[in-house]
Amino acid sequence: MSFSVASFAEWPRLENKTMRVRIFVSLKKGVLDPQGKAIERSLHAFGYAEVQDVRVGKFLELEVDATSRESAEARVREMCDKLLANPVIEDYRFEISPES
Amino acid sequence: MRWGVITFPGSCDDHDVIDCLKTDLGQKVKVLWHKDELAGNFDCIVLPGGFSYGDYLRCGAMARFSPIMRGVMKFAQSGGLVLGVCNGFQILCESGLLPGALVRNTGLRFICQPVHLRVEETDAPFTSNLKKGQLLRMPVKHGEGCYYADAKTLESLRKNRQILLRYVDAKGKPTATANPNGSVENIAGICNQARNVFGLMPHPEDACSALLGSEDGAKLFMSIAAACAVRVSPHV
Repeated sequence: MSFSVASFAEWPRLENKTMRVRIFVSLKKGVLDPQGKAIERSLHAFGYAEVQDVRVGKFLELEVDATSRESAEARVREMCDKLLANPVIEDYRFEISPES
Repeated sequence: MRWGVITFPGSCDDHDVIDCLKTDLGQKVKVLWHKDELAGNFDCIVLPGGFSYGDYLRCGAMARFSPIMRGVMKFAQSGGLVLGVCNGFQILCESGLLPGALVRNTGLRFICQPVHLRVEETDAPFTSNLKKGQLLRMPVKHGEGCYYADAKTLESLRKNRQILLRYVDAKGKPTATANPNGSVENIAGICNQARNVFGLMPHPEDACSALLGSEDGAKLFMSIAAACAVRVSPHV
């Protein structure tokens, strides 16, 4: 009896979708942000006197394959908690949208 | 006394530690590669300074997941002595073995200069040979050495006397100008509650010979050696 790899593809399975994830990591309130302070001073020097409380964060963009939005969310939250943000000094939030 | 010094990709002070321990202090040292499992008998594991994984994402964030860290965590949890210098301190904070975090210096510049440190506690193996209030001089060299901890963590650090070293001026006062990086409360080094894990930003390995301008770093290493002579290290 022959056995082909192609036959696996015909098996019913949950379809993976590619989703685009945008993650925003920011410094927690109370954590000093010397970069933000320096940028604020620069903006003031340019005459933007209305500017205050500049905070510099990180923006990560990635694609994930997942069977549902919920499962993608759970995985991304795990990635953030484990590696992408340090809960001692940082907060994070993310957006998930269909890949375009 | 059996020392293990870990090399991570991007470590650059590993050989400073190895050389000072071997040449200046006549110690037995095993060089450990981050991809290996921690195996053998050790009294103290050193996580050296440098820029592990290029300091990408956050200093120490990726090194904490190196394979050898599983063994280091187990070794620390069983009471083994772990010393983190500079990037090693950052890795220990990232891994949760030490509380708090190290963030960008408030002056935004990479600093490379000698500093004065005051010994705050001596009932940890790392400072056991020193005297409370004793001053040490050794260099710092880092861009992200500003120690941060929230109010609750600071309170518990104080209560449990985990702050082992503070930046001070030549007279021993923890002034703002003596603080090279903006660390909260002039903190230069802390230990965990169990007092067997110690992290500091200054470099004792670069202050172990008169040729380098100070031999005070040797006092820290020899404290560890003295403590290990009378304690049993866990086997991993």
